[in-house]
Formats: sequence, C-alpha cells, structure tokens
Amino acid sequence: MTTATTNGALSFDGIGMIFPDGTEALQDITFSVDRGEFITVVGPSGCGKSTLLRIASGLLEPTAGSVAVDRDRLGYVFQDATLLPWRTVRQNIELLAELHGFAASERKRLSTEAIELVGLTGFEHHYPKSLSGGMKMRASLARTLTLKPPVFLFDEPFGAVDEITREHLNEETQRLFQSEDFAGLFITHSIREAVYMSTKVYVMSARPGRIVAEFDIPFSYPRQPELRFEPDFAVLNGEVSHALRGSHQ
Amino acid sequence: MTLQETSDSEAPAVSEDMVAGRAAMTDDVPKAYRVKSRTREAIETVLPPVLLGGLFLAFWYYLSLVVIDEGRRFLLKPPHQVVDVGFLDSDNFTEMLSGLWSSTKVALIGLAIAISIGFFLAIIMSQAKVLERAVFPFMVTLQAIPILAIVPLIGFWWGYGQTSRVVVCIIISLFPIIVNTLFGLLSADRAMHDLFTLHHANRLTRLRKLMFPAALPAVFAGLRISAGLSVIGAIVGDFFFGRGEVGIGQLLRRYANNLNGEELLAAVILSSALGIVVFWTFGWLQNAAIGKWHEAVQK
Repeated sequence: MTTATTNGALSFDGIGMIFPDGTEALQDITFSVDRGEFITVVGPSGCGKSTLLRIASGLLEPTAGSVAVDRDRLGYVFQDATLLPWRTVRQNIELLAELHGFAASERKRLSTEAIELVGLTGFEHHYPKSLSGGMKMRASLARTLTLKPPVFLFDEPFGAVDEITREHLNEETQRLFQSEDFAGLFITHSIREAVYMSTKVYVMSARPGRIVAEFDIPFSYPRQPELRFEPDFAVLNGEVSHALRGSHQ
Repeated sequence: MTLQETSDSEAPAVSEDMVAGRAAMTDDVPKAYRVKSRTREAIETVLPPVLLGGLFLAFWYYLSLVVIDEGRRFLLKPPHQVVDVGFLDSDNFTEMLSGLWSSTKVALIGLAIAISIGFFLAIIMSQAKVLERAVFPFMVTLQAIPILAIVPLIGFWWGYGQTSRVVVCIIISLFPIIVNTLFGLLSADRAMHDLFTLHHANRLTRLRKLMFPAALPAVFAGLRISAGLSVIGAIVGDFFFGRGEVGIGQLLRRYANNLNGEELLAAVILSSALGIVVFWTFGWLQNAAIGKWHEAVQK
C-alpha cells in the first residue's frame, strides 16, 4: 500500500471505501499533506472522517485508491486519551518508545522532553485515574511526541473536553505544530477549532464522504487566543460553516 | 496576552493547574464535612451488625434453653457451652486446628493448580476465537456437573486420600478462574489494541503489556470466588473420602456421628472463619496489586 512516488508526507489518491455491509463511507478522496502543513477535515458526524484516518494509518484497507505514507513512526492521537490505567503518566508516555525497542535511558530522555513540551512536569508519577480530561489528552499527545513523528494524525482528540480546555489544547497543538515541524492531519466537527489551528481546511460531505470545499487559512503562526475574536476569523468560520451546510442539502 | 506569553509552554499549564486547583477545592468541602462525622459514621457502620449478632445469640439461647427440652438439647447446645467445649478445651481445639490446617493445605494446593490450568486455558482461548468456541462448551459442562455427583467417581479413580481431595478443589474452583480471566483478557479497549497494532506490537508484547494487566481486576474477582469454592471443595472432599490426614471435613462427620453437638458447632464456626480469612486475604491481595490504579477496588 505504501508507495514512495507521490509528493507529500502523506497523500491520498482516489481513496474510496465501501464497507462489507454496503455502506459507502468515502468516495474519491485525493489530497496530500506536506511537512509544514496542518490540514483539518471538518464534516458532519458519521461522514467517514475517522475512516479516512484509519485508512491513512493502515488500520483499514481502502476498497479503492492508494495511500502513500511512511508508517514506521506514524503519530496517531485517538478520540480518547487511551492511556493504560495501570501505568503512571511517565510509563504511559514511554510506551511507544518501548514498543519500538528504545533503550531505557533514551526512553527517559524522550519522555522527559515530551512531558515538558505538554506542561505535565510534576505529574509523572500520577496514574491516569487522578488526571482531568485535559491532562489525559496532554499525556496522550506527549506519548505520540516521543516518536517525533513526521506525520501526525488527530482523530477528533478534543471532542470530550470542556470548551476552555479545548481552546488551550488547540493553542498548544498549533504551538507544537510550529516547534515540531510535522505534517498534521486533524479530524473534527468543530469549525472554530479547524480554522484556528490549520493551514488549510477541507469540508467533507455527508455519507459518502467527499471533499466538497477547500479553504486556505492565511493567519500567521504563532496564533494568539485573541484571533478567535477577530473579524477575519469570524468571516472564515462563516464561509466554512456555509460550505458545510451546503454539503448537507 | 502578549506574543511571548502564548508561545511559552508554561502558560497553558498554569491555567490547567487552576482548573485542578478548583477541583481540589470543591473536593475538600465534603471531605472536611466528613471528618466531623467520622465517629458517628463508625457507630453507624458497626452498630447494626453488632445489634443483629446480639439478637441472633439471644435467639440461639432461646431455642437451646427454652424451646428444646433437656433430653434433646444435644441438637443445639447454648453458645457458652460451644465455646467451652469447642474452643477452650485444648485437646478439642488442637484437633480442630490441625484438621483445619490440613484442609487449608488441600484448598491452597487445589487452588494453585486450578489457577495454573485456568490461566493457561484462558490465555489459549483469548488468542483465537475458534479455540474459545472449541473449549468453552466443555468448561460449561464441567461446571454444570454437581460436585456431589462426581465425588464417588473421583474416589474411584484417585483413591480416597489427599489426591482426590485436591482434585475436588480443582474441579470446583476452576470455572470462575477461566471465565473471569478470559473476560478480563478480552476487556482491553478497541482503541488500545489499535495503538498496539499501529506500533507493530507482536502477540506476546500485546499479551504482556496490554491484555494481561487489563485482565487483572477481573482475575482478582474470579480468584476471590474460586478461593472460597476451593475451601468448600477441600471440606466436601475430606468429608466424603475420610481417609488419610484428618481434615476438618472428617472431624465434622465424626462429631455428627458421635452426637458431639458442641464440637460440631465449633467446627462449623471454624470452617466459615477459614472461608472468611481466605476471602479477605484475596481482597487484600487485590488491593495491594491493583488498588493504586484501578478505580473500583473495594476497600
């Protein structure tokens, strides 16, 4: 499935997905994400956004088209934090490095760095049950960061946290995007979140999911929290929203 | 907020701390309230069972001394006589304790073997659905056989000594271990499995780092049930086979045959005490092993 011919850190070429029960989830998806790009796909619930990420990561084989991506160190942030409850924050963050066979000293270095990056210093020895939803998500981000993945996939990771925490996490994600220089593909149904973080927003239609609109987001990084209250931001939000509504009819 | 402030990695952490601080404050209020009423809470916890126990003893005396006439009093001796003859008479008490120890050994050996077999079968079944389908019906069949129905058969095959008693323990305690372990092994989240798949974990790593730790809460729930059943198995086996080292089961039968009412009741009390100790020990083990991270561990 992995071919090295196409440009971009991650590229989809004519992806189609029809499930065994006959549901057509995706139709002819073609786009690529490059290093330095943060692309967000917004779409209604059940439009196949998450299916696209599962295909990108190789968890699912598409029924049409092909994906080109290096799956060796793919970053994948799940909807839930998916922390292992029997491991402390640090042990959780070291899990992926452990699975990839890194030495203990290297794991420790990587996890310390990642813990600092997401601001969880001081919580290394806590178990997940004593963390808030936002902190769990930070730990999940840190776990992925230890691999320094060239491609970062986000599957609606901030859907379950409250609005303020979500805004903080958005700010941090775009900060990490700046400092870690990865190719980001983010899935959400929140238009504000999409416009705030991304270099580009794609609008996906209801099932079968197709890309029906594309918006370049011109704001420069690092983006300030106040950006959310600026007229240009509101206008873009409105345009994306309009496209999303249009795709519903 | 200035440009530098937002790009500073600590800025969001501070606000997260504030959220955590708020949570701690609201958490503290009911805790302080709880401290005040702790004595009262203790009384409310202890008093009802003590009262009921007192009523039970009074009823026992009433039955023993008032309802039953003197000629048939051996059927239910009053509590103080049970204590006198069963626990304070050193010969009797030593005999019972050594019987109890013998049965405890049988129960523990049986439980250890049941745990080994149970873990092995559960792990095998967790690796392939087809194996689960193949093995499970036979486990259910084994479980469905009333233990008393196969006790004679066990004696027929393994004799009437220690071995047969251990076999009874294994058969009676195996099922909860298998079912709970299997359920636990299969309980890990779909997304967690995806995480391991994404990072190319092999079968053994997945079992060791994901499925087995995830299974522990269910495994301990199964162990608590099985440990109790194993004690029952040891006593039932001893009661029926009646040869070899004297266990509490043989003593129970002898006391009943000889109409030693006091000893009989004392032996029953000791047997149930053993069951309680075993159950409590496994509860403690569970708490020590997974209490730190598991949300719903009973205190």
